[in-house]
Amino acid sequence: MNKCTERLFNGLIKENPTFVLMLGMCPTLAVTTSAINGLGMGLTTTVVLVMSNMLISMLRKIIPDSARVPSFIVIVASFVTMVQFLLEGFIPSLYDSLGLYIPLIVVNCIILGRAESYASKNPVLPSIFDGLGMGLGFTVGLTAIGMVREIIGSGKIFGWKIMPASYEPITIFVLAPGAFFVLACLVAVQNKVKAAKAKGGQQEAASGCDGSCASCGNGSCGKAVFSVEKQEGK
Amino acid sequence: MEELLLIAVGAALVNNVVLSQFLGLCPFLGVSKKVETAAGMGGAVIFVLTISSFITSLIYKFILANDAILNGRLVYLQTIVFILVIAALVQFVEMLLKKMMPPLYNALGVYLPLITTNCAVLGVALKNVQKDYGILASVVNGFATAVGFTIAIVIMAGIREKTEHNDVPESFRGMPIVLVTAGLMAIAFFGFSGLNL
Repeated sequence: MNKCTERLFNGLIKENPTFVLMLGMCPTLAVTTSAINGLGMGLTTTVVLVMSNMLISMLRKIIPDSARVPSFIVIVASFVTMVQFLLEGFIPSLYDSLGLYIPLIVVNCIILGRAESYASKNPVLPSIFDGLGMGLGFTVGLTAIGMVREIIGSGKIFGWKIMPASYEPITIFVLAPGAFFVLACLVAVQNKVKAAKAKGGQQEAASGCDGSCASCGNGSCGKAVFSVEKQEGK
Repeated sequence: MEELLLIAVGAALVNNVVLSQFLGLCPFLGVSKKVETAAGMGGAVIFVLTISSFITSLIYKFILANDAILNGRLVYLQTIVFILVIAALVQFVEMLLKKMMPPLYNALGVYLPLITTNCAVLGVALKNVQKDYGILASVVNGFATAVGFTIAIVIMAGIREKTEHNDVPESFRGMPIVLVTAGLMAIAFFGFSGLNL
């Protein structure tokens, strides 16, 4: 049980996918026009992440190493399709506002990343909690960004008006450019905190995205699919 | 013809794939340090995206949505089928280029494997289905989207080369200043939404 809480803590704080690893940038910027959208996207991703981590961990001894990544993609894509239909049926308003970004959960680096680095090597229960922790960490990140954008951009939070009537909303923050600015400020704050922590030590600029996604495409997806095809060729 | 032109301008400029829809953000932020590499990435994306929109719309029209096969009830498989087709296609294109066109392979080779994780590719395939585009319109849409991506990433790389040695506040160095630049570019691209399409 101890290990499970450790995984939760790891996903939520130590390796928070949004703020620390900077993974899954596309949905992070695209759907956070309001807090409720961010929350919805985060929870949807969490569900997919938990389910795919569970199944991949169950099948980890069956899936051959060379066909690893294509199998992961099929598993993830199946869960995404299921979740998409569930959302369409039960929460149509959220389905409409997330739109294209629901099927795009398939290419979210976080999910394949967790499958590859954790679920394919560990037993079922810790994998479930790993998915839960990472998913909730992602949800917290998205909701936080969504809240900032909603407060500045429309003076509301979760749809309730909280700013005084004299406040003129800065609409650009709910539009595309605002997403970049808010994320830039959040990363800058994080850099500042890091620099203060490592006083005198060398400060590392947060360049998570190019490292993580590049390695994701390079190392795992590309090679694994390639090796499968090579075998078929033989 | 006019319709195709509207799709092209809309996809390349008005609804720029990176700056207004946030698709393909990882390569946009990751591979935009130099103009040459950015142009290489852009070329690879144009190449793959055009082919992949053609193939995915063919598959959708003639297999998934074909009334003769299970009354077209296979449509729900689109996400799974598309992502697998794209992953395989990228590998195939890479091998083909290596054999048939070594100079082009040398120019684009490194960037090809990265494209599987570029969500713009899957995004465009799904959008073609969503908007009910025909095969020709899908290809035009894919090509124009990729051109939009190339425009954005090359401009970004140009700006980054210039700001490399600027005196940026310490905590804004690295990723934050790139994001701010992207935000300003997004504002600039907003001007295109004034186009009456």
